[in-house]
Amino acid sequence: MSVQVNERPEEDSQVEREPLVRLRGVRKLFPITRGILFQKHIGDVRAVDGVDLEVHKGETVGLVGETGCGKSTLARVVMRLYDATEGTIEFEGRDITHLKGRDLRELRRDMQMIFQDPFASLNPRKTVGSIIGEPFRLHGTVPRNRIKPEVQQLMERVGLNPEHYNRYPHEFSGGQRQRIGVARSVALRPKLIVCDEPVSALDVSIQAQILNLLEDLQEEFNLTYLFIAHDLSVVKHVSDRVAVMYLGKIVEMATGPTLYKNPKHPYTGALLSAVPIADPDLAAKKKRIILEGDVPSPIDPPSGCRFHPRCPNAQFPKCKEEDPILEPHHPGQVAACHYPLEDRAVMESAGTQ
Amino acid sequence: MPEPLLEVRDLSVHFPTDDGLVKAVDGISFALAPGETLGVVGESGSGKSVSFLTVMGLITEEQAQIEGEIVFQGQDLLKLPVEEMRNVRGARISMIFQDPMTSLHPYYKVGAQISEAIRTHQKISKQEAREQAVEMLRRVGIPRPDERADQYPHEFSGGMRQRAMIGMALSLNPDLLIADEPTTALDVTVQAQILDLIDRLKQEFNAAVVIITHDLGVVAEHCDHIQVMYAGKIIEAGDRNDIYYKAHHPYTWGLLSSIPRLDESGAHERLNPIRGLPPSLIFVPPGCAFHPRCPHVFDKCRAEIPALLPADGHHASACHLALEDKERIFQEAVMARR
Repeated sequence: MSVQVNERPEEDSQVEREPLVRLRGVRKLFPITRGILFQKHIGDVRAVDGVDLEVHKGETVGLVGETGCGKSTLARVVMRLYDATEGTIEFEGRDITHLKGRDLRELRRDMQMIFQDPFASLNPRKTVGSIIGEPFRLHGTVPRNRIKPEVQQLMERVGLNPEHYNRYPHEFSGGQRQRIGVARSVALRPKLIVCDEPVSALDVSIQAQILNLLEDLQEEFNLTYLFIAHDLSVVKHVSDRVAVMYLGKIVEMATGPTLYKNPKHPYTGALLSAVPIADPDLAAKKKRIILEGDVPSPIDPPSGCRFHPRCPNAQFPKCKEEDPILEPHHPGQVAACHYPLEDRAVMESAGTQ
Repeated sequence: MPEPLLEVRDLSVHFPTDDGLVKAVDGISFALAPGETLGVVGESGSGKSVSFLTVMGLITEEQAQIEGEIVFQGQDLLKLPVEEMRNVRGARISMIFQDPMTSLHPYYKVGAQISEAIRTHQKISKQEAREQAVEMLRRVGIPRPDERADQYPHEFSGGMRQRAMIGMALSLNPDLLIADEPTTALDVTVQAQILDLIDRLKQEFNAAVVIITHDLGVVAEHCDHIQVMYAGKIIEAGDRNDIYYKAHHPYTWGLLSSIPRLDESGAHERLNPIRGLPPSLIFVPPGCAFHPRCPHVFDKCRAEIPALLPADGHHASACHLALEDKERIFQEAVMARR
């Protein structure tokens, strides 16, 4: 009993815990060149432009933002599929920014990815059994003659019929294919799974099945998720903490309920007010923050606060000249805005409370 | 009761294939009043797109066995000769699709594509058609429409392309606009802009609108009436409040419970998805097509196809459960979660 009492506070305070992933000042620029022979460097696409982020063991961190905000690039930098231009990536306290060769391959055992499009991410010429068994063969963690039963056990675990071992991806529906992708990603019992829009291509009823499956597996295998989506309601549902990205930067981070009740950054408010709600009365109570125009080009982002050309609250010249830094608001909430929103600026009713 | 703009009576669209007859749409009837917004909700393969492609005359006797009547402004569209149907399509009924990149021709300038649509139906000069096209781009909220008309679709963002498509669809002032998943490929912020735009233009042009979607959230704020489709049939239809606050069909309950709620208080709450997968449209389950996935199934459901029966003037559902049970289960299982 006394042991439990002593352990609790440590367990609960996430500050004490060693983060599984720590990003410091991560930048990823894609150079734009002109000419064929003498490729002249004329600019950069600033896809990820200075991101600090910690993901703790066993938690789910959500990443939301519009198309082109850099959320998928950030995920690929974490996975070491892209090399960061600047900054460091730590995994379990170890700097993995420049890991190569055998060390990198060993690291891949601990981090896996689930992709958005279950049609494009599975090789159409391989059977489901060999797709899910591929990680075992690559990493040699399971003896060859044990691969089939192991794969069938996984298939059963994610809700596929193990007898379909020899079928091809085209014989499955979208939701079932996403289950195949999930099975492949958990095969090696990784520590971190990066989910890049895992349910965006699915029907709502199937989407709910996959979200429940991901939650169950998290508990069973003690997984940590970095969960990327453009749909704030999905991200809020699965995440302990949510980071909002805009043009390569994190502009706000908080727990889901705080973000819902008291968003501080006007961009978060706009995202929140744009989410369709399947409840006409509640939807009518919502205050709309309508954004004009599209996300500006990440090649030449706006000066000062990057959101100022679309921001309904922008005040000049400050927002145009000074780049705001992430400042604390409610407990666990940080936002980068000179003129943050008032509490309950979007949703008047606190919903279920 | 005003004369309906569109009345579909007992429409069936069956595709013969090597594997058997695909019953994509299987006996649906509904009516749409002028100026009304109808939401059509269902999963992939529920027949929602096929029924309206048939209304548009884009699925014909050559591809499918079509039965029933589609009466639009007093004319049965299924009996119209091809040339006359061509005059209806685009001018009196028009449609926008999910993916604006594949619906616009990549080789032609956006303005030229809109003026082509106008000139197909109206005898006016190229110059006048272009002026109308630019005016349409302005009305759908595209900045600097004069320059934009001379750009190619790849120079437009996703939201801009969908705006251009809407502009093209409304350029001939149709009486009915069918929007097939108009925002599924777009970001939420852009989705909100596009839905607002459709709402506003509907007033301006005084058109009726059909929004086809798989997401009950999308239609909550924008539709007067909603019909839910499953396996080629309409299984529930009603006013907006009937569907969201008094739903009678277990499939509708499942759809409502599948959506993560923004206002739930904590993370990691379990969703209540519909178990299983949608049925094959070749071997539709006997009785109620939903019975293998339905948590409230009983013997009658396996044997008898439920008819779409009205509970009151505007609300109907196709389910064998008694009305008291439907009301009780909905309160206990769906509303309690809110």
